[in-house]
Amino acid sequence: MLDSKIPSGPLEQKWVDYKGHVKLVNPANKRKLEVIVVGTGLAGASAAASLGELGYKVKAFCFQDSPRRAHSIAAQGGINAAKNYQNDGDSVFRLFYDTVKGGDYRAREANVHRLAEVSTSIIDQCVAQGVPFARDYGGLLNNRSFGGTQVKRTFYAAGQTGQQLLIGAYQAMERQVALGNVQQYTRHEMLDVVIVDGKARGIICRNLVTGELERHFGHAVLLCTGGYGNVFYLSTNAMGSNVTAAWKAHKKGAFFGNPCFTQIHPTCIPVSGDHQSKLTLMSESLRNDGRIWVPKQQGDKRKANDIPEEERDYYLERRYPAFGNLVPRDVASRAAKERCDAGYGVGTTGQAVYLDFKYNLINKYGRAEANKLGIANPDTDTLIRLGKEVVKEEYGNLFDMYEKITGENPYEVPMRIYPAVHYTMGGLWVDYELMTNVKGLYALGEANFSDHGANRLGASALMQGLADGYYVIPYTIGNYLADEIATKPIPTDHPSFIQTEKEVADRISTLMNIKGSQTVESFHKRLGKIMWEKCGMARNEKGLKEAIVEIQQLKKEFWSDVRIPGAIGEMNPELDKAGRVADFIELGELMCKDALNRNESCGGHFREESQTEEGEAMRNDKDFAYVAAWEFKGESNWELHKEELTFEVAKPTQRSYK
Amino acid sequence: MEQYSMNLTLKVWRQKNANEQGRFDTYQVKDISSEMSFLEMIDVLNEEMIREGKDPIAFDHDCREGICGMCSMYIDGRPHGPWQNNTVCQLHMRAYKDGDTIVIEPWRANAFPVIKDLMVDRSSFDRIIQAGGYISVNTGSPVDANAIPVNKDMADASFAAAACIGCGACVSACKNSSAMLFLSAKVTHLALLPQGDPERRSRALKMVAQMDKEGFGACTNTGACEAVCPKGISIENIARLNREYLAAGLVAE
Repeated sequence: MLDSKIPSGPLEQKWVDYKGHVKLVNPANKRKLEVIVVGTGLAGASAAASLGELGYKVKAFCFQDSPRRAHSIAAQGGINAAKNYQNDGDSVFRLFYDTVKGGDYRAREANVHRLAEVSTSIIDQCVAQGVPFARDYGGLLNNRSFGGTQVKRTFYAAGQTGQQLLIGAYQAMERQVALGNVQQYTRHEMLDVVIVDGKARGIICRNLVTGELERHFGHAVLLCTGGYGNVFYLSTNAMGSNVTAAWKAHKKGAFFGNPCFTQIHPTCIPVSGDHQSKLTLMSESLRNDGRIWVPKQQGDKRKANDIPEEERDYYLERRYPAFGNLVPRDVASRAAKERCDAGYGVGTTGQAVYLDFKYNLINKYGRAEANKLGIANPDTDTLIRLGKEVVKEEYGNLFDMYEKITGENPYEVPMRIYPAVHYTMGGLWVDYELMTNVKGLYALGEANFSDHGANRLGASALMQGLADGYYVIPYTIGNYLADEIATKPIPTDHPSFIQTEKEVADRISTLMNIKGSQTVESFHKRLGKIMWEKCGMARNEKGLKEAIVEIQQLKKEFWSDVRIPGAIGEMNPELDKAGRVADFIELGELMCKDALNRNESCGGHFREESQTEEGEAMRNDKDFAYVAAWEFKGESNWELHKEELTFEVAKPTQRSYK
Repeated sequence: MEQYSMNLTLKVWRQKNANEQGRFDTYQVKDISSEMSFLEMIDVLNEEMIREGKDPIAFDHDCREGICGMCSMYIDGRPHGPWQNNTVCQLHMRAYKDGDTIVIEPWRANAFPVIKDLMVDRSSFDRIIQAGGYISVNTGSPVDANAIPVNKDMADASFAAAACIGCGACVSACKNSSAMLFLSAKVTHLALLPQGDPERRSRALKMVAQMDKEGFGACTNTGACEAVCPKGISIENIARLNREYLAAGLVAE
């Protein structure tokens, strides 16, 4: 059954032992082995670069016009690593423990420990590549804090950490392109996996410029295609982020793990109207210095700056004194929803809370600067002026972005924020080697389910993407490919390639020939509304059952009434989008099914039926300490497989941040 | 900020593919909210065109938060539109008023051929990076990240150059279609760090050679690139590149 292939031995020895005994492929044989990498974000670009350096023949695909556009680029706040540069008690064990606890005990211990172990090498590697992390006056690296931890272990480059890390990985990959070890295919979208004799041996993809279908062979296929938050229509994901590659793999036999685990990020710019096409995140790092509050009085219509201090409810500091504004994302999101639902929300819609920088701008940064400059008894205006300079250096691009979108200046008035879909912890089920249950088919980064359990801690996505690509797959893929050195490249006129391409072509022509009356976008919006209302921040049995029926109905309507303009053999963004939305609809149904099955609350998955008296998420370890891995059996039909989770080191307790 | 609605006239460049002749088409859009982003306004128009059985406007966009560098529209004679330090996706309709006419074109440069409508091919930028825009270090076990201190001012200046999003606005604004701001930002990012120092000479030479090969023009220091750069990349980087290039030329074989 589901064999997670976790090495035996004590937790901290597993990865060391694995590396010491894993099969190797000699350099001459590596040159004969071809690897397909789909997606060029942090996981994909770092994997493509590293495998190219090792000597494998790599083909890297992305749907954007350049690998550098992948949505990892938008990650803002930072990347975690257990460097303990701050001497504040951090260690590999603490990073491991925080991550397992933060994930509400639904992640695999062995994977998380490995992640914490390699985290330190990632920072060294990135610095060697020229990633310009923030530094202190002594020339050493700076750190900040993120939610769910009590140490400062997050490395950053202003509010553009993802950009800098991705450019590092992209440059490493372009170097391999120049050396001929990596072939790069941009504006190409993978539309199916080709399976030969039970092993993944290639992909069918569409050249988005010409519309032509292409067949590509690989001894192994790596899916590094990110998360599926866009199933909700509105999310912080890029417009093009989609589930298609992972979904096609799922339909070809790969199990989908914990699909209902979605991260709703507490600090995003609120929805302003029906026209909205996406939501914008305001980095969690802002919670280092921003204090979250709502008025103590329901429906208070005064402007934020007119509400006196004693009439403000700093509800996170009140409810969670130990972690305060830095509670994990799921906790902060639910607390914001609770306040807004109770009628304390602010802004025109009442669906927002304040994130206020004034206190720290004056007291933390302003005073420190005044001290440095030797200004005795500075007045408030001076403190504000000095503090602003520091805040600008730390978060300037985020403040600018906020002002461009809302027209308000966050240096002067508090930001208005509200939770939004941000990340998906669920994904393709993989074993310890990052291989799905389909041989030779791997999933890396956000596309797999493995490391974050039911809730991801801030600054851990970048860490995982790069860990998988730089430091895990270069070892684990050898264990598979060592047995493939005698396998000659399979010609792409093999019947499996022909058959798979035909299926893809048929589906495209079916879509084009519907010639209905409703746009792709309108279906996507309707799906998003169902998902957000019934499978969003709070879920219950009744709502989920209704959602499944509604989604099945929507699917029928989509396949009988969607309208796609243009033709197949040309650049046709509406056709691209139609294929993705069709897959999102099917995924949406599975997410609801998974959420319905998991009758407990854990992390980002909050079942209203399962909560403590204080309204906190209540796990049920007796019945649900497992990974739900779903096997596709046919239309609207899945079989559940369970991978039991055992916790030998981080013993599950009721998660408390009080 | 007070919300208001507006009706607009759009003149948009339409071109079926790289080989066919393009033209301007005129469209009316109605009831556009001042809170919409510019791209959301185009979304509204596209939805309407699809319902009417017309071919929607193709344009590049992805993150819609000003960082991926994919969006690329030349609006009323200026890349990314009227706002300073901004990308099209972050441009909001409060920049316009009822009755305005807006002209929208793709990036204009020989090295960026049009693919369709407002989409262009910027793979020449990837090839410039392939020519040397990296530090030659394999994944492995480099020295500890804190082993080499980097002066904070240098690190900050390196970061400021590394903030380039590779959108190509600089090329589009330049009367010579030069890629010097893009290229110099990369050379600066790497040259200011001790890790990038060993290759700084060959890097400058190889990247400039590739830029010339791609058909970008020469730099005549008009500063149009800096004025439209969404990330505020400074033209001082070009001066640094010129120094790097000159120094490299002196020691080259």
